[in-house]
Amino acid sequence: MAVSVPTSLAEAVSLLSGAPDSVVLAGGTDLMVEANSGHRQIASVIAIDRVPELRTWGVDVVRRNLWIGSGVPYSTVMQPGIASLVPALAQASRTVGSPQIRHVGTIGGNLGTCSPAGDTLPVLAALDARVHLASVSGERSVGFDEFMVGVKRTSRRPDELITGVTIPILNGWQGYSKVGVRNAMVIATASSCLAVDTDGRSVRIGLGSVGPVIIRCGEAEQWISGRVDWSELSVSNADVDEFGLRCGAAARPIDDHRSTAAYRRRAVEVLAARQLRRAFPNG
Amino acid sequence: MAEFYGLRVNGTNREVVDAQLGESLLFVLRERLGLLGTKGACEQGECGSCSVLLDGELVCACLVLAAAQSGREIITIEGVSPSGVSTDVQQAFVEAGAVQCGFCTPGLVMAAHSLLERVPNPTDTEIREELSGNICRCTGYGRLIQAVADVARVRLSNGVSRD
Repeated sequence: MAVSVPTSLAEAVSLLSGAPDSVVLAGGTDLMVEANSGHRQIASVIAIDRVPELRTWGVDVVRRNLWIGSGVPYSTVMQPGIASLVPALAQASRTVGSPQIRHVGTIGGNLGTCSPAGDTLPVLAALDARVHLASVSGERSVGFDEFMVGVKRTSRRPDELITGVTIPILNGWQGYSKVGVRNAMVIATASSCLAVDTDGRSVRIGLGSVGPVIIRCGEAEQWISGRVDWSELSVSNADVDEFGLRCGAAARPIDDHRSTAAYRRRAVEVLAARQLRRAFPNG
Repeated sequence: MAEFYGLRVNGTNREVVDAQLGESLLFVLRERLGLLGTKGACEQGECGSCSVLLDGELVCACLVLAAAQSGREIITIEGVSPSGVSTDVQQAFVEAGAVQCGFCTPGLVMAAHSLLERVPNPTDTEIREELSGNICRCTGYGRLIQAVADVARVRLSNGVSRD
């Protein structure tokens, strides 16, 4: 039988180790599109959607971390349990496809495909999430910036399974915004996650669909973190505008069938400024 | 490689024989099990015309790998009313004029049933969002949304909500 349906993490990892050429099937919302169009021949599949360890989530109170298993679907991330801790991730999940897609599509699948347009990825980048991987030789975790190395390219070894992510729980505003051709069922033309860490007095921003990987705007982040009045939690109009321009300058967009580089850069300028103003409503 | 596996569809155990590994649940339902109520159009999860319930959750059958679904409960449009009598949702679609060419109807009926099971009294926004994965090119959606709202109202006034 060329389809395996493991029911434990140990079994899944062992199967993958024995057949690293296998396709790992999570929700199927990316893989089956390729299979249906004939672009991908499937020889061997490990379907991981019945591995209970991958479908859990929980809070580490001491480390102030949220753990989300790779098999947790978007529809669960949208619920108040996770949404109250990382609202930007819930917002991003809500923009993925339709209810039908969100019932089966998973965080792990978004990471496994690792498209620059993956909606949860700018959030994981902005929040400095860590990606956890397991193989028969052990477990390891890498920062998101080390995990995504190119368009649909990751540092996951073929024998490794993505088991989940840990996401720091921050005090401060956070949000995900996305530009597309319509509201529902749309792939991002440009997207942005801005997150404020009030305790650490920093502003972070991750950009999607405007480069080969998710782009963190390090220079703009440092600059604006020094301009915010942290005692008043306010920022001037001029600084909001300047932040938008600096984030736009950090983007590395291209012209393609979905949009132009110029439009995408402008979209980033608008999204970044708008999110910063939402984070600090006082001028 | 030819595959052989069992699927549980509409409460009945079915055998799938001589299948290819990469076949979607949509393909298997229609071409191997002869259940033609579930429609196929985009085959990329965009249109919702192949919507079915998988262990009670609304999914696009075109994005489900059939060979990995043994042991799961699959409900198609043929299974929403085993007796053959129209459900209240189907009847409301007829009465509201929410059926024109009919191609999207099975998927939308499944989506409407799924929504009303979980949210007995949905707002207009909730109806629109829950049906956002089902494309209809005839009705302009107004009558579809009206039909779902009508069912919710009648169910609540009759006290037949299953929640």
